[in-house]
Amino acid sequence: MKPHRFFALALFTLAASVAHAAGASAAADGDPLGSPRWGDMRKQFFAGAKVVFDSRVKVAAPEVAEDPLNVPVTVDAAALADVETVLVFADFNPILRALAFTPRASLPYLGFRLKLQQSSPVRAAARTADGTWHVGGALVTTTGGGCTVPSTGSASPEWQQHLGEVSSRIWREDQDSRLRLRIIHPMDTGLSGTVPAFYLQQIDIKDGQGRTLMTIEPHEPVSENPVFTLRLPQRNGERLQVQGRDNNGNRFQAWVEQ
Amino acid sequence: MKANRLPILLLLFVATLVMAAGFDYGLKPLAVAKDVYVFPGRNEDFNFNNGGNIVNTGFIVTADGVVVIDSGPSLRYGQQMRAAIATVSDKPILRVFNTHAHPDHFLGNQAFPANTLYALPGARQQMLKEGNAFAENMYRLNGDWMKDTEAKAPEQDAQAGRLNLGGHTLELIALEGHTSSDLAVYDHSSGVLFAGDLVFNGRAPTTPHAHIERWLAALDRLEAITQEPGFTRLVPGHGPVSTDAAPIRQTRRYLQWLVRTVNEGAEHGEDMNEVMAHAKPEEFKDMAVITSEYRRSVGHLFPAAEQAALKAR
Repeated sequence: MKPHRFFALALFTLAASVAHAAGASAAADGDPLGSPRWGDMRKQFFAGAKVVFDSRVKVAAPEVAEDPLNVPVTVDAAALADVETVLVFADFNPILRALAFTPRASLPYLGFRLKLQQSSPVRAAARTADGTWHVGGALVTTTGGGCTVPSTGSASPEWQQHLGEVSSRIWREDQDSRLRLRIIHPMDTGLSGTVPAFYLQQIDIKDGQGRTLMTIEPHEPVSENPVFTLRLPQRNGERLQVQGRDNNGNRFQAWVEQ
Repeated sequence: MKANRLPILLLLFVATLVMAAGFDYGLKPLAVAKDVYVFPGRNEDFNFNNGGNIVNTGFIVTADGVVVIDSGPSLRYGQQMRAAIATVSDKPILRVFNTHAHPDHFLGNQAFPANTLYALPGARQQMLKEGNAFAENMYRLNGDWMKDTEAKAPEQDAQAGRLNLGGHTLELIALEGHTSSDLAVYDHSSGVLFAGDLVFNGRAPTTPHAHIERWLAALDRLEAITQEPGFTRLVPGHGPVSTDAAPIRQTRRYLQWLVRTVNEGAEHGEDMNEVMAHAKPEEFKDMAVITSEYRRSVGHLFPAAEQAALKAR
């Protein structure tokens, strides 16, 4: 390549990348993740409400997710007081909402796994008592395709016998206790062609007196056989109850011994 | 960044693109023993610059022809490998052994005659079943280096045991652990052990189809071979050739640490992100691609560990 040609190319590349960077930050409207979808997300989920980006809402997820069917996401808004509800969504998923949870007597904290269709910001928005949405997030890079493959369960009759089965365990920690629970469910998105949407819609975790400690409302993108990690207040020897239902009206319940 | 550095960086960037456009893997046979050669790969992840050349392949020149161990990540690699072999020997290709069904070890098969291709039955099955999906993924990761590459599974079964080829006594050892079917090839005549991906050297092992317990057992068998009097060289699937069992021990310690970290994490109630965030021990910190490979391995191994921990009550 002739030198002057090369410089023209170099300058063009440079100018293009500067222009692109400027355009991106303008379009992202203050979004720390610089997503061109943020404006739409804001309209769709928070119309008319006050929204702030807030580093107290932490979203942990791997920078690169090799398995788009199981992207681990941990949402921790415990640094924020008065969290009423938390919504988790991914800007570029075909089904935006991943789940919502209402931490009644638990900490505003939830770990779960998510299916991603392509690289995307994964965001958590915590609404505090004053009506403000506090948004945190993480960028996840993935080869994708996680939302358009049928579940393993849909291809095998075995899950039917185990649908809604819960395995769980509680760990005592310094301040609170940690509950991990796994529920057998295909969590089919309905986007794979022939397999209809089939997913858990509500899970309630209750104490021995039947008081709700936490409500989780999963959507289709939550991974098959979901595993949740929760942080609950310390309780002595009291067993917990897990109740839930899916979009086909199947109900299940299980006891968790301390 | 200083403004005057920019043109230089851009020049380097463009130069890299131009070099990649030649699609030359730069394969140079490295003699590791009499008649035995290795094409060392880079200790990297697949990318558009290395074109998938992250793998060690090799060949043995016998009196009757050339025995090839693994054919690399693409058709281009296989073709360039044949050309590089021809600079050493004009004898025909006698056999190509694929050590296992991972794409960087068999996607060069198209460059070799079908009747020379051999693999263990289990590996052949996996190539037939998943080979096309593996190849597709390799196009995504390596781009045009993969041009015209298709998965071509060997039609012949490699039989475990001793085999005399052109005066070389080869021992084919059927193992498992890295995948469900791993072949190691020990050339008694030269004392060179081709370990396939059961052994990594200075690079974090990969685990997408691993069974760690069986893998550890396989490492014991391979280490025993390195103690035999005739042993001279160990060729790992990835990373430098060695004169002793150090890479076997390193792979073993890494796998033991990995499985312990994952199991203990699950037993202590950690979620997948928390396990992924664990610090790496000092001895593994300098391993190539450990950050991404460890994260992948947690993704592979944690769900089963977690299920066991949740069922343990």
